[in-house]
Amino acid sequence: MIKAKNLVHEYIRRDEEGNVESIQTALDHVNIHIKPGSFVAILGHNGSGKSTLAKHLNVLLSPTEGSLWVDGKDTADADKLWEIRQTAGMVFQNPDNQIIATVVEEDVGFGPENIGVPTDEIWKRVEDSLRAVGMLEYRSHSPNKLSGGQKQRVAIAGVVAMQPKCIVLDEPTAMLDPVGRREVLRTVKELNRTKGVTIILITHYMEEVVDADYVYVMDSGSVAMEGTPREIFSRVDTLKLHRMDVPQVTLLAHELKKEGLDIPDGILTREELVKALERLSNKG
Amino acid sequence: MIRDITIGQYYPAKSPIHALDPRVKLFGTFVFLISVFAYKGIVGFAVVTLFLALLIGLSKVPFRFMVKGLKAIMILMLITGVFNLFLTPGEVIWQIWKLKLTKEGIAAAIRMTIRLTYLILGTSLMTLTTTPNQLTDGLEKALKPLNKIHVPVHEIAMMMSIALRFIPILIEETDKIMKAQMARGANFDEGNVIQKAKALIPLLVPLFVSAFRRANDLALAMEARCYQGGDGRTKMKPLVYTSLDARAYVVLVAYLVFLIALRVVLPF
Amino acid sequence: MSIIIDKVNYIYGQGTAYEKHALRDINLKIEDGQFIGIIGHTGSGKSTLIQHLNGLLKATSGAIYVNGEDIYDKDYKMSKLRTQVGLVFQYPEHQLFETTIFDDVCFGPMNQGLSKDEAGLRAFEALRAVGLPEELYDQSPFDLSGGQKRRVAIAGVLAMKPQVLVLDEPTAGLDPKGRDEILDQIADIHKKTNSTVVLVSHSMEDVARYVDRIIVMNRGSVMFDDTPTEVFRHYKELEQIGLAAPQVTYLMHELREKGYPVSCDATTVEEAKEELLKLFGKDRVSR
Repeated sequence: MIKAKNLVHEYIRRDEEGNVESIQTALDHVNIHIKPGSFVAILGHNGSGKSTLAKHLNVLLSPTEGSLWVDGKDTADADKLWEIRQTAGMVFQNPDNQIIATVVEEDVGFGPENIGVPTDEIWKRVEDSLRAVGMLEYRSHSPNKLSGGQKQRVAIAGVVAMQPKCIVLDEPTAMLDPVGRREVLRTVKELNRTKGVTIILITHYMEEVVDADYVYVMDSGSVAMEGTPREIFSRVDTLKLHRMDVPQVTLLAHELKKEGLDIPDGILTREELVKALERLSNKG
Repeated sequence: MIRDITIGQYYPAKSPIHALDPRVKLFGTFVFLISVFAYKGIVGFAVVTLFLALLIGLSKVPFRFMVKGLKAIMILMLITGVFNLFLTPGEVIWQIWKLKLTKEGIAAAIRMTIRLTYLILGTSLMTLTTTPNQLTDGLEKALKPLNKIHVPVHEIAMMMSIALRFIPILIEETDKIMKAQMARGANFDEGNVIQKAKALIPLLVPLFVSAFRRANDLALAMEARCYQGGDGRTKMKPLVYTSLDARAYVVLVAYLVFLIALRVVLPF
Repeated sequence: MSIIIDKVNYIYGQGTAYEKHALRDINLKIEDGQFIGIIGHTGSGKSTLIQHLNGLLKATSGAIYVNGEDIYDKDYKMSKLRTQVGLVFQYPEHQLFETTIFDDVCFGPMNQGLSKDEAGLRAFEALRAVGLPEELYDQSPFDLSGGQKRRVAIAGVLAMKPQVLVLDEPTAGLDPKGRDEILDQIADIHKKTNSTVVLVSHSMEDVARYVDRIIVMNRGSVMFDDTPTEVFRHYKELEQIGLAAPQVTYLMHELREKGYPVSCDATTVEEAKEELLKLFGKDRVSR
């Protein structure tokens, strides 16, 4: 679905005469490979380059060096721009700043309108997408009266209505409360499961990563770690080095292991830790 | 105070007025405005009043909701009223110092107040029964011919609808920043004009920074959703005239013709 | 400095269609030097409540006494209250406006009527307390990273030397390390200055790690007001109002239900670790 090979991005700042003032390398030879239909998480602290990567997936930025293919299409190819944007939809962090219309359903219809979908088909898509994110009953509401989680679901519906193969979510939960966070995550997972949409979730909340198929951890513009959540979370100390955290139970399991308890690495859920402890007490 | 202004607010209901095409409503508002200034005499006044009452009745918008919109311009009406009262030359009824209250002045003041009131009622009726999006759609379509002389009609309409969406957000934001600066000891109420203007800097700078940030985000989000201007766009809610709209046009034209005829035939 | 909130009610937009009873009969006493966490989901009234603490909102009914003085008394100086209770709003970096970081932090102290030198001294101290590198002081606040901007904004309130520091979601949108750094610094300031700190947060894990008293708000009322351990005992009720206890609390309860004699009081990883080592560790007491 997505393949990046030695992807480099440099932000170049110029002074008034156009001379280069400073160069900041935001992406430094990034290699990633994302399979169709998978749920992939990209972790990284603020400024690690993960948002820059996201913008590349939607061709809001183009590579300084290296290549990026989305669904087999090279993002450097200017003719493929709109096709790629349609293939890889994007949801941003601030729910207020990505809703365009004053009525929910009109906002969801905005994308399909832009790509010239016939009117009847737009209505069908709007209804389907709003149903898919569980916001159908709010179709004629004003977005201003919705909660953060609901606004983010409307934004997701707006992307779904364009029928993308892949949705990139750039810290979609950073500005939400726990309830909103759960709503958005449930919606995203549901889309991945039932519609087979490839999900790329960029986040710094560790709890959201537990169910992913694969995780990339970014730091200073490159991929610092990659693997399944279990592999990633079994390296608690390395994660901390990259300014990341682990869920409380994972940390607890890690700490207990350090104290000499026989507990496997990469505990992800409460159930797993309870089981490991049970086994321990049965042995003893 | 800002919240009291009903112009620009939408009152959701299912009524024949709500169902009308926004272009009809724009035309209707225009016709009504002409009639408000064109009528003469008590009969004309009665016709205009009747017509307005009929429309308000049909719209199912509660009358008190419409009156609320008037409150905001009360001061304006008072000022024009006073000006008319004292500055119209004619038969003097009562005089203090240099101010003369004339018979003609009273008549003019009453006429002006009525006209202003009807003007506001008429336009608020349109905005109350038309969503901002319909309104911009209507404007876009009605002004389409201007495209030929390179007026970017679609872009103007898009800007209007985005502005309508972000006004409440920015009002809220202003409130938040103001409170935050007050928490840091800022004082927005005291001092002379210069001090007051200076006190606004801590409010205006963050507000503009935020507005630019939002604009930037929004532009990115629109681009990500394949927005590339008006060409090749389809419409989710295209404007299509119905028989109701046709009848409305006929009624509007008939009303205007009738009123003008009345002015000629019965000028009292 | 003690604050007494006595039967405070607050109604938004009274008499309009948008009327909302945001606070209902709030009774609280905030003592000197406490570190308090206020939790509640969006719309529970927690932000409304903290805006009453420095007089930005005026209660519809009820009274607030600061150091025994009624703040709604007509002779009471609101400006004095604002310097005693420092309020850091959500996303405080959105209020930065000056051309340099240093000047921005001076804004508060200058408003307090301090001389330029005194204000500068305060700004210096405050910026050091939030751990901002000195070479940045003369730069524009708009060039900083998100986490640094937030620290400058917090310093802007600290420089006013408030006796009570109230922070509304100071970690929203920060990455894990940035979050820990800010919370550690706040805890440090609390310890060093012995000021009262009120932390508003969604995150139980954060709150449990730092505070010694938790106030849970729900629908404009105080639902619980106790130590973290006591509050998280009600984890089932917390869940019903859209909140959750820390993960480890759930773990301990689960173990207990399975018949393990663990205490359910643990609210942090460290506490849970100690408790579990007692039971499962090498030197465990034999059963």
